[in-house]
Amino acid sequence: MAVIYINNDPYEVQEGRSLLEVCLSLGFDIPYFCWHPAMHSVGACRQCAVKQFKDKDDKHGFIVMSCVTGTEDGMRISIDDPEVIEFRRGIIELLMTNHPHDCPVCDEGGECHLQDMTVMTGHVERHFRFKKRTYRNQNLGPFINHELNRCIQCYRCVRFYKDYAGGRDFDVFGIHNRIYFGRDKDGKLESEFSGNLVEVCPTGVFTDTTQYRHYTRKWDLQTAPSVCVHCSVGCDIIPGERYGTLRRIRNRYNHHVNGYFLCDRGRYGYEFINREDRIRSPLLVNNGKAAPIPEEAAYSQVSVLLSTGKTIGIGSPRASLESNFALKRLVGNDNFYAGISSSEFELTTLVIEIIKNSGLQIATLREMSESDAALIIGEDVSNTAPMMALALRQSIHQKRYEYTDKLGVPRWNALAVKQAGEFDQGPFYLATAGNTRLDGIATAAFKGTPDEIASLGSTTAKLIDGGGESEKIKKHHEFASKMAKDLENAARPVIVTGISQGSAEILKAAVNLALTLKSKGAGAKLAIVLPECNSLGLGLLGGKGGLDDALNLLRSGEAQNVLILENDIFRRIPTDVAEEALSGAKVVVLDHSPTATTDKADLVLPVGTYADCDGTLVNYESRTQRFFQVMSPSPGAVEPWRRLAAIAEALNTYDANSFPGRDSLTQWTNFDDVLATLVEEYPVFRPILDIAPPAAYRIAGMKVARQTHRYSGRTSIAANLNIHEQQPPEDVDAPFNFSMEGYHGEPPSSLIPRYWAPRWNSVQSLNKFQAEVGGKLIGGDPGRRLLKPKLNAGMQRYEIELKSFEPKEGAWFIMPIYEVFGSEELSAKSPPILSVTPKPYLVLSAKDAESLELENDSPLVLKIDGSEYNLKTKIELGVTDGTALLSVGLPGMKYVNLPSWGKIEKSFF
Amino acid sequence: MEKPLTKGFRPDGRPLTIKEYKKIGGYEALTKALKTMTPDEVLSTMRDATLKGRGGAGFPAGIKWEGVPDKDFLKSPRYVIADADEMEPGAFKDRWLMEANPHQMIEGMIIAAYAIQAEFSFIFIRWEYTEAQKCLRFAIGEAYGNNLLGNNILDSGFRLDMHVHVSAGRYICGEGTAMVEALEGKRAIPRSKSPRIVESGLWGRPTVENNTETFCNVPHIIKNGVDWYKSLSLSDEPGTKIYGVSGKVKRPGAWELPLGTTAREIIEEHAGGMWDGHELKGFLPGGASTDFLTSEHLDIKMDFESVQNAGSRFGTGTMIILDDKTCPVGMVHNLEHFFTHESCGWCTPCRDGLPWTTMILKALEDGEGRTGDLEQLKALTKMMAPHHTFCALAPGAMEPLESALKLFREDFERHISEKKCPWR
Repeated sequence: MAVIYINNDPYEVQEGRSLLEVCLSLGFDIPYFCWHPAMHSVGACRQCAVKQFKDKDDKHGFIVMSCVTGTEDGMRISIDDPEVIEFRRGIIELLMTNHPHDCPVCDEGGECHLQDMTVMTGHVERHFRFKKRTYRNQNLGPFINHELNRCIQCYRCVRFYKDYAGGRDFDVFGIHNRIYFGRDKDGKLESEFSGNLVEVCPTGVFTDTTQYRHYTRKWDLQTAPSVCVHCSVGCDIIPGERYGTLRRIRNRYNHHVNGYFLCDRGRYGYEFINREDRIRSPLLVNNGKAAPIPEEAAYSQVSVLLSTGKTIGIGSPRASLESNFALKRLVGNDNFYAGISSSEFELTTLVIEIIKNSGLQIATLREMSESDAALIIGEDVSNTAPMMALALRQSIHQKRYEYTDKLGVPRWNALAVKQAGEFDQGPFYLATAGNTRLDGIATAAFKGTPDEIASLGSTTAKLIDGGGESEKIKKHHEFASKMAKDLENAARPVIVTGISQGSAEILKAAVNLALTLKSKGAGAKLAIVLPECNSLGLGLLGGKGGLDDALNLLRSGEAQNVLILENDIFRRIPTDVAEEALSGAKVVVLDHSPTATTDKADLVLPVGTYADCDGTLVNYESRTQRFFQVMSPSPGAVEPWRRLAAIAEALNTYDANSFPGRDSLTQWTNFDDVLATLVEEYPVFRPILDIAPPAAYRIAGMKVARQTHRYSGRTSIAANLNIHEQQPPEDVDAPFNFSMEGYHGEPPSSLIPRYWAPRWNSVQSLNKFQAEVGGKLIGGDPGRRLLKPKLNAGMQRYEIELKSFEPKEGAWFIMPIYEVFGSEELSAKSPPILSVTPKPYLVLSAKDAESLELENDSPLVLKIDGSEYNLKTKIELGVTDGTALLSVGLPGMKYVNLPSWGKIEKSFF
Repeated sequence: MEKPLTKGFRPDGRPLTIKEYKKIGGYEALTKALKTMTPDEVLSTMRDATLKGRGGAGFPAGIKWEGVPDKDFLKSPRYVIADADEMEPGAFKDRWLMEANPHQMIEGMIIAAYAIQAEFSFIFIRWEYTEAQKCLRFAIGEAYGNNLLGNNILDSGFRLDMHVHVSAGRYICGEGTAMVEALEGKRAIPRSKSPRIVESGLWGRPTVENNTETFCNVPHIIKNGVDWYKSLSLSDEPGTKIYGVSGKVKRPGAWELPLGTTAREIIEEHAGGMWDGHELKGFLPGGASTDFLTSEHLDIKMDFESVQNAGSRFGTGTMIILDDKTCPVGMVHNLEHFFTHESCGWCTPCRDGLPWTTMILKALEDGEGRTGDLEQLKALTKMMAPHHTFCALAPGAMEPLESALKLFREDFERHISEKKCPWR
């Protein structure tokens, strides 16, 4: 600790941070532009100037930039010295010489950092009388709008896009005051993190195109804290609603998870919520035709449909824990099936076993970004968990500190650290089925089948252990020895794996590696990517079995009725199997969007999306996080658990074995009741009670307001329906109001509905919500982990048989690969995402493509198990001859059970 | 008067061949260093010689070289870079040195590389200097052929490679750290001042970078010793200097003279005095980015300290003369136009302040000046004062403006009151 004097008052501050960070953390307002808490200091904009004095007697002092000045004991500075106030005003004036005065028509207006800083510095009179420079803007694709005339050249965009996110198609061009930030030509920004430019840019150069289509100012948005549902990472988000439309997604800071950023799937996937074809009223299917019916009629239909025969329930990894629990409670433990394929169910169970019993620490995203060696084994995180890929990208930079620390370069001096250490990259290994977007930063990247990948991992573990037999497969041996050496030398290695290849062997190999490294004393951590936002929650809730088991019951006639919760089973099971199972059963589906499954239902009950409900999700690290309802209640957007409770209520005569929990569901009146029953039945979920306050929570007697203090049009917003102002709907489930009445200060971190602070209208106001700038939120970050690693677990290494790939004549080994835009069900329904989703394709090696007379984009037919799939050819380097990679989950593509052997033929259509 | 740097220069301008260079004592210093001196002895000789860097900042070369971390601290490649990117308006001394005797600089660089144990060296040269590039490339070839570069120089076991890198052409590349960035293939944007490039330069590794003329001094110091070197000058700062004069003088040019020669002697004797009918109104003593001095300063010694004491900077030692028939506002406008164009665009005051400065000066010249313009110019000089900007480009650009506003205030005011340039 050091004592520094700011405006003559002493403050105790932590050393090792820049003066700017220190002052902001102490609550002082210092304007800045080029500094970013995740990207640190470069000293370009010269906005954060303060006066420094040599000693107590120095009356004159000298101007320094606080972002590139460290702190030292006894240091004296002034933030409000007249000369430095004038200097900061002068900098804004210079920045504004070319800035258009178009705030009223600028999408950033009202939450613009440049506006805030201009007001803060007191620049009110313009002296520049000459012509402003103008630029030609570019079409950057469906996500981002480009308006470069507004640019103030803070360089944050290029630092984020290139340096932080590894993008290669965006840069800074030009010189002097004609600096251009953009692409070399028009075109979609390639990086899946491009949306962050909207929040990184301090003004309106990069704005959200999807928001623009239904534009709303920040102050007119109704917001609440939420969690992204588009992968298993569970990034924190702030969705914003107005007039019943979800307008945009913004980042919600979580120090351990997503920090300051989001991926584009998470940011732009929201528009499935706004689709016209959302299910808004119950649908009754008669002779294959669905017709909307009133709610009451729907419930009498349910009671008829479920009155006879055995009923089973199918849950969902994309539904909240509470909704899954409600279904499980209703139909009973013996009749509840996890809505995932049985093989995925088994793998999920294995993952839970590993997290619980291996004794290994699970890495958070932050820990990954700070790891000094990384191995990704068997999972293309760049497509299945993009934000994890972004975190892992940062790990290679840890190596820079080796030399810069030695030179005494402070770590916050990002420019110096980068320039001194740019060519020092830490070890980063990949072993995946197909090529990934992380390959470019890899020390080495291995491509192979799941068996080969597992063998590689196992061999590496044995090499680290000093074991023998590792030379059995030569292809692995060289790679493994290099990797073993680097991993062994690391102090904080991280092993990342996943189940998207459907391979337990890969998981086991990853565990063996992590255990081996741990036994060597390293702080090795593990992370296992799961397919969906609540895969782990569903796994922890458990079930009688997976989807195959459930459908077998229906096919065999052992069960006659099925309740399907937010699940399109056609995405998980071969079409013919699913069709056969559903055709003979009475099918009731609860979902918010039409799917192949709702098409096959007898009755569809509409439910809300995550934006319409409250709920809990469990991410890959077993972190539970609460999402809150953002949208005002709208037709059909009922919480699934409430639907199920209403079904319970509606049941008159029924098979008591099918609905053992009926009575308890009828007791539920709000979300907290569901939660209370849940934790009572499953103690593992007890931490959920601590992650957010209950509905009865009040601050100064108030709930938290979802609408801002400047929300406009309250009295006229529904005047076309009723000229009298409507009573805001009441929220019995959460400590939030659907109105501007309520608490507007800083609530507990799990309840932060938006970032806004006096003088700080932009997203930068987040500084005020953190205990220390760039650090944890005041009161700790939202979410708790359910599973803690056991100390001294003593888990045994798995036995893994070493296998190499043996090609077959005339057949290809087909493995799944995933697309960040398209492979995830809900985001793929969002039109902006859909517009960048590729058509289903098959990746082949150049040699195989040649032998099949296929070129890039030429049509082909893939035949597996008697089914045929029409696909486009994609030729890539690095693909093993005799294998092929099938893009899965894309719209228009039926489910294929992979990996599997298949035949490929040239097609002429 | 000894003129070691320009000794043996051919009157026809053709560069000295290696044979010719050796005839006048060339590569004797290198032989001496490699055969009889340890790297540390070279370093201490250089420190004792107190040779001040000739690129403009005047930082002692020996002290710079000693800043390279020793091999125990960092086992890594080290680099030597010669700054031959002479782009300061008014400066043409390095070009002369390279075109007339390229081996002299090469020898200096090899000695420097030996002193810091570098294995790679680069000559970062201005792209317009095509003739110098040719000379250097030929000379480097000769040096390789004579075992003066390569794997085992003069059989001493020391190895060094040398490459000529032609700049893409930006004034900012003359800023040492921006040059390093440019050499790495990036945008020429200056680096953070800390760590210094001797610790972390090219590709993040220790790098010694000196001006062409600085390297040209090195062989003579090593060969003839510190005492001899100190005896060359007329001031406390040792050595000779290539002085230059441009402007309306009778014989503009460059001459090697003892450091500390007075401005009067340089202008009146060597440059032949002003054109007939022209009076000296002021002069920039060290290139475009230095403060104006006036006729009252003609008797100061032209060295780093004396010029600084007079309120300007010695810079490159190449003077630009302002005469009474030339509009000072026009001259400053011309200079600021250059600096505006050459701003790298990294920091706000320089990127946005210089264009504004130039626009106001142009308005003055066009008779469109307004009351308040001079105050605005003054305010801009404050915004671009030293340490207010990221590097020294903008503060340098402000030096002629700030001093002109002080010295030629009346001329500026007349532009506004007469609504035209009085010289047009």
